[in-house]
Amino acid sequence: MATEPSTGEHSGSPLARLRRRLEGPNTVGNSRRYWVGFAVAVLALVALPIATGGTGAQFSLFLVLALLGLSLSLVWGYAGVLSFGQVVFFGIGAYTFGVVSINFPTPGGITGAVIAGTVAGAVVAGLLGYFMFYGGVRNVYVTIITLVSTLVMLTFMSQTAGSEWTIGEAALGGFNGMPAIPLLTLGVEGVFTFQFVFNDYEVFVPLLGTRTFDPFYYLSLVVLLLAYLGLRVLVNTDFGRVLVAIREDEDRTMMFGYNVERAKLVAFTIGGGLAGLAGVLYAARNVYIDPSVFQLYFATLPVVWVSVGGRKSLLGAVVATIGVEYVRLALGGELALVAVGALLLLSILFLPGGIVPWIDERLSGSQVPVADVDGPDARAEVSDS
Amino acid sequence: MSDAESKRLDPNVRQTAAEKATGDRTDTLLRTDGLVKTFGGFTATDEIDFGVDEGELRCLIGPNGAGKSTLLKLITGTLTPTDGRIYYDGHDITGLAPNERVGRGISMKFQVPSVYGDLTVRENARLPVQQFADGEERRRLVAESIEAAGLAGCEEVPASSLSHGQQQQLEISMVASLEPDLLLLDEPVAGLSVEERSEIADRVTRLNDEEGIAFVVIEHDTDFVAEIADKVTVLHEGDIFREGSTEEIESDPAIQRIYLGTDGDSGGDRR
Repeated sequence: MATEPSTGEHSGSPLARLRRRLEGPNTVGNSRRYWVGFAVAVLALVALPIATGGTGAQFSLFLVLALLGLSLSLVWGYAGVLSFGQVVFFGIGAYTFGVVSINFPTPGGITGAVIAGTVAGAVVAGLLGYFMFYGGVRNVYVTIITLVSTLVMLTFMSQTAGSEWTIGEAALGGFNGMPAIPLLTLGVEGVFTFQFVFNDYEVFVPLLGTRTFDPFYYLSLVVLLLAYLGLRVLVNTDFGRVLVAIREDEDRTMMFGYNVERAKLVAFTIGGGLAGLAGVLYAARNVYIDPSVFQLYFATLPVVWVSVGGRKSLLGAVVATIGVEYVRLALGGELALVAVGALLLLSILFLPGGIVPWIDERLSGSQVPVADVDGPDARAEVSDS
Repeated sequence: MSDAESKRLDPNVRQTAAEKATGDRTDTLLRTDGLVKTFGGFTATDEIDFGVDEGELRCLIGPNGAGKSTLLKLITGTLTPTDGRIYYDGHDITGLAPNERVGRGISMKFQVPSVYGDLTVRENARLPVQQFADGEERRRLVAESIEAAGLAGCEEVPASSLSHGQQQQLEISMVASLEPDLLLLDEPVAGLSVEERSEIADRVTRLNDEEGIAFVVIEHDTDFVAEIADKVTVLHEGDIFREGSTEEIESDPAIQRIYLGTDGDSGGDRR
């Protein structure tokens, strides 16, 4: 499982080098078999809109939310910081994107708005994280502060209906939200631009005939893939191992000479940036944003996704987000609420480590030669606190 | 051991308090100066002037509540003193964060074996090493660290499945792999068998002899203390009560009264 490469870090083909960076003890799926399955899954997602006859416009919501799930997986699953505030950075990213793009509705301006929204998520997370971590706030108090932050944002954004809450051309709109966000068009005028939403593309597929698809679906798929692979590399670096060590035992890690406040702040800021980017894509997809993203129900969803999928697994966050959101949308209304609650309870009771790590364990079998250590019954229970 | 900056060797340069206490021209590695820590109305340490020489193996004993753990936490920086200074290797480290003190060469093994249970032995051993070694050197140091803990062949085993004694050994390996100048051990043999206890004693004296690491060891087990200590410090009610060789301390009737009990003949483990 966690073997150090026996050859130097810089030997082998570029593909082998890339694979070595993507693999490590902090992620499931460190085998050729995994990557084959991964490629098949990606191809299936690429083919999904065509195969189902839809455009993929609906499914793209799940991909955007999976990005939000990934941000919590990094912050909670790896750095051990249970944050209910990912939706704060999500919402701030979305609102920033809205404000900037409404004021600069050109392709260049909208591209800048995407960057601004992502950066805004990261900056707000960085500020909040700075005061929390360097202020000595730990454990459950971080959870409470982040939870309160979402409620503060909900209250604040809901009262921005007045005309005094207008930034340039963009009215924040209070509880009614901010409509008329420009269509997501990326690029630079005069060089290359492309409109990603409400721009159904017609493509001729052999055997199936002409099909239309939604470019935004593929944009969100690419962003999600890059985020997943990027985070895989990150959590398997030395820094990622420090994050895991902080999650497991913060004081011990500090007494190995690590600056745990800084490490948590970096992880929290990256998580904020990812959540901000997810918010940007969410607002761009809906061409609309309102304060409901700061509601308690929405704030708990990332925690549900990541718990169900397995918080110590990036793949778990993606799979569970798509799965839970699919079920939630299919059921709708009150029934969805009950189903999500039941799912959370069941996973905590029966699969506290989450679904994906459980499947990974079943597939790979126990590779631990426990008998070599202390007899067959020496293995202590691994509880997921 | 200490970085010989020419500035500090120049006799014309006025010395700071820290340099006078623990600088290059003294043998003292660590010195606390009037260290006070109060919790509300309770005084845990009361103007402690405690010193450790370079390469010394010091044991810290005293009844429960004497301030041993508080003193250790003040030295590591996990507690901030109410008053007083801490000097280390020519520097005033009173205001430094714990991780910065680790960078200066102060390392600590916690009382409860604090290995990362969910991580493998290899991942555990790698963590302290990865911050200063890379590539081939890193692999070598990690392998040596595991070997020194007697865990060669168990690299891929999760640390939680190791026995209590093996976890203690692994943690000592991990803190020793930082190549500290001062290593603080909080009750390293509590709850261990006689055999495991003597393994830890061997390990500590070897690290002290061969690598010149100075130790401060809190321990209730008087046999263990007698086996390893160069010098023993007795804390009582937040201050240093006596300091001396094991024989002096063992034969002092006042210490037997406060620590070993008034009957004076129960020299065994008081835990």
